[in-house]
Amino acid sequence: MPTRILMPALSPTMEFGKLAKWLVKEGDAVSAGDIIAEIETDKASMEVEAVDEGVITQILVSEGAENIAVNTPIAVLAGDGEEAAVGPGAAPVQPAAGSVPPRDPAPPPHTTVASDPDIPSDAHFVEMTVREALRDAMAEEMRRDDTVFVMGEEVAEYQGAYKVTQGLLDEFGGTRVIDTPITEHGFAGLGVGAAFGGLRPIVEFMTFNFAMQAMDQIINSAAKTLYMSGGQMGCPIVFRGPNGAAARVGAQHSQDFSSWYAHVPGLRVIAPYSAADAKGLLKAAIRDPNPVVFLEHEILYGQSFEVPDLDDYVLPIGKARILREGGDVTLVAFSHGLTYTLAAADRLAETGISAEVIDLRTIRPMDTASVIASVKKTNRLVTVEEGWSVCGIGAEIAATVMGEAFDYLDAPVMRVSGKNVPMPYAANLEKLALPSVEDVVEAAKAVCYA
Amino acid sequence: MAGAKKKGGSATKTGSASRSRPAGRKGKAAKSAPAAPAFSPEEELHAYREMLLIRRFEEKAGQMYGMGLIGGFCHLYIGQEAVVTGLKMAIEEGDQMITSYRDHGHMLVCGMDPKGVMAELTGRRGGYSKGKGGSMHMFSREKNFFGGHGIVGAQVPLGAGLAFANKYNDNGRITLTFFGEGALNQGQVYESFNMAALWKLPVVFVLENNRYAMGTSVTRSAAKSEELYNRGSIYGIPGEPVDGMDVRAVKDAGERAAKWTRDGNGPIILEMLTYRYRGHSMSDPAKYRTREEVQKMRAEHDPIEQVRTRILDAGLAGEDDLKTIDKEVRAKVSEAAEFAQADAEPDAAELWSDVLLEATAQGGN
Ligand SMILES: Cc1ncc(C[n+]2csc(CCOP(=O)(O)OP(=O)(O)O)c2C)c(N)n1
Ligand SMILES: [Mg+2]
Repeated sequence: MPTRILMPALSPTMEFGKLAKWLVKEGDAVSAGDIIAEIETDKASMEVEAVDEGVITQILVSEGAENIAVNTPIAVLAGDGEEAAVGPGAAPVQPAAGSVPPRDPAPPPHTTVASDPDIPSDAHFVEMTVREALRDAMAEEMRRDDTVFVMGEEVAEYQGAYKVTQGLLDEFGGTRVIDTPITEHGFAGLGVGAAFGGLRPIVEFMTFNFAMQAMDQIINSAAKTLYMSGGQMGCPIVFRGPNGAAARVGAQHSQDFSSWYAHVPGLRVIAPYSAADAKGLLKAAIRDPNPVVFLEHEILYGQSFEVPDLDDYVLPIGKARILREGGDVTLVAFSHGLTYTLAAADRLAETGISAEVIDLRTIRPMDTASVIASVKKTNRLVTVEEGWSVCGIGAEIAATVMGEAFDYLDAPVMRVSGKNVPMPYAANLEKLALPSVEDVVEAAKAVCYA
Repeated sequence: MAGAKKKGGSATKTGSASRSRPAGRKGKAAKSAPAAPAFSPEEELHAYREMLLIRRFEEKAGQMYGMGLIGGFCHLYIGQEAVVTGLKMAIEEGDQMITSYRDHGHMLVCGMDPKGVMAELTGRRGGYSKGKGGSMHMFSREKNFFGGHGIVGAQVPLGAGLAFANKYNDNGRITLTFFGEGALNQGQVYESFNMAALWKLPVVFVLENNRYAMGTSVTRSAAKSEELYNRGSIYGIPGEPVDGMDVRAVKDAGERAAKWTRDGNGPIILEMLTYRYRGHSMSDPAKYRTREEVQKMRAEHDPIEQVRTRILDAGLAGEDDLKTIDKEVRAKVSEAAEFAQADAEPDAAELWSDVLLEATAQGGN
């Protein structure tokens, strides 16, 4: 069979080119590797080689011709004794059926998330702080699985900058509770490598402000490698630490990164409010085969909640919790945002507005079904977050609700968020920069036209 | 040597890769080091006053923190006063400084007004950042102080960048880039070393080795921690350990380093062997070192006591004269503290200001 020589592409984005020069003419014999033509685009030039030996029986595009589309036949090469039987303009060979990408990509898979496990009616509850709950979650998982280890700045001898790893060094020793130098990019990457190597690291960032030093490893290495490896390279790692504004620590130490991480396919992002959720979700995060960003909050560390005293309390990742039922307006929040939101719900109740409060718990994958179900009931929605509103979690929820429950909305969705400024240090300005109970109450009243 | 650490070898260490090196004092840098070149009477008294101002200022800041007038983090410089004081004496008008969050001492020696610094600590409108920055984030272009940075290590490339601009503008200025021994383990420090050496930037990397990064001692965080001044050697950057508790040794090393880099030889590292007396920030469990260790440093190597003793021994001033200086310094600090409490909080409208500048048709700032 004679072979059609096609106009080659010089780069992935090239669509057309110029046939600058023919170095052969019809009837010439060529062998593989001989340069037969020169191609040019506005950016580059390239020599076209014969891929086989034979005779150039036809030149289909003349020298100097411009705007020749990639894959247009430019010449015909016949093997010894073959007939030059191919006419001009024949279509290039199409890729075999099946390798052609469908015009509409397959829809993303729909995953269902299990509900919270039932807590036995005779279960005993203990009061504990979020700090203790997190510590217990790590300790329990470290007892269960000796591939789990904790690494970070001041996690061992100092017992954690915020005392979350208190007692772990004593129980598990220095090979599993490891003080690192101040080298976030390095130890985050080392943790990812250890996860590739079969361990289950818990990497503590002293605060998530410092995880920006490690952003590349979290996103380019931890989140994407499973996909890039066609599913071979799982990365079971937990990145955890306090996120968001503490108090009076200024712009570089007071930022909510929820929406940053929630943006990234390949990560799970968890931001619990209560101690029970902190415990159950951190245990789930450690067992999860994926990279999990676990966002804690310094102000919640010292707060106490009832935690079920069960041997193995593990919660599903990706499930919201209805913290309070109501019929007039849905308030969606997470992490420390619930502090304002629950207080606002109390205040609203005094004015006769019944608010349903949803704790997202997991930001990615987000339990939008629970939010939609609630909006279908209340017809009104306010989102609450400490982070900046631009491209934030509230924006994402509003878009989702508009897409899936547009006809149920009786008012535009309102977002309560941190003001779109770096966090100021001065006490009065800091207060203004953060969302408040009043902000949530006002927004709820606004959507209720009250 | 301050006893901050035992050291052997010559005062000026350099990697084998570098052919030339700054002229250093000969002899041992360790305990047996010869006394640093003597100060003139004026220099002794100047150093005394400067260091005392930092100490009294920091003591006052500590008290005010305890009274709830200062919030968040507040990292005191007590114990390390000789480092910035000696270096400031070694550089020229117009040279620049940039450092971490432990920045109060640097600002005071740069000549920034204690009132403006203290008012920033209390978050008032008269503070250097109008109350919006806080203890860790203050700046003065006028005094060539470039911050005040909260992310450990991040100021090191910034300092290299200031030096880059100085070289670009060929203005003869140099940049002192300060960072802790904990910061020294950040990758961006080495990226900066490489560029600074490659492009021969006029920068002195001042490594303030106070032995601890929060609760982690240098021996638990750094490989070959007894030779941190050598961390630039693979880039051919000379380094030198300096008794950072002796203001004369600091000034001497600083002068040589400043000349070296100003003369176009590229960066140099000064490892200041120093010590912080107080906790890392205000809340500190203080379990990572013994009380005796701190007491011993204070008793035997205090930078201010050293100068004081020399002044009295040499009869440069009497007890009464020093008391007068002390009084003047206290008055200055009290005035700053009063201002910082009386000054108003920033106007609420400041919440929205300074996020971006207005663009101008010509560009530039
Ligand atoms: C990137 C980053 N990681 C962690 C922290 C928290 N942190 C603040 S200061 C500090 C210790 C720094 O020690 P060192 O560099 O020796 O300076 P020193 O405090 O002793 O002056 C740590 C871990 C931070 N601010 N930035
Ligand atoms: Mg230090």
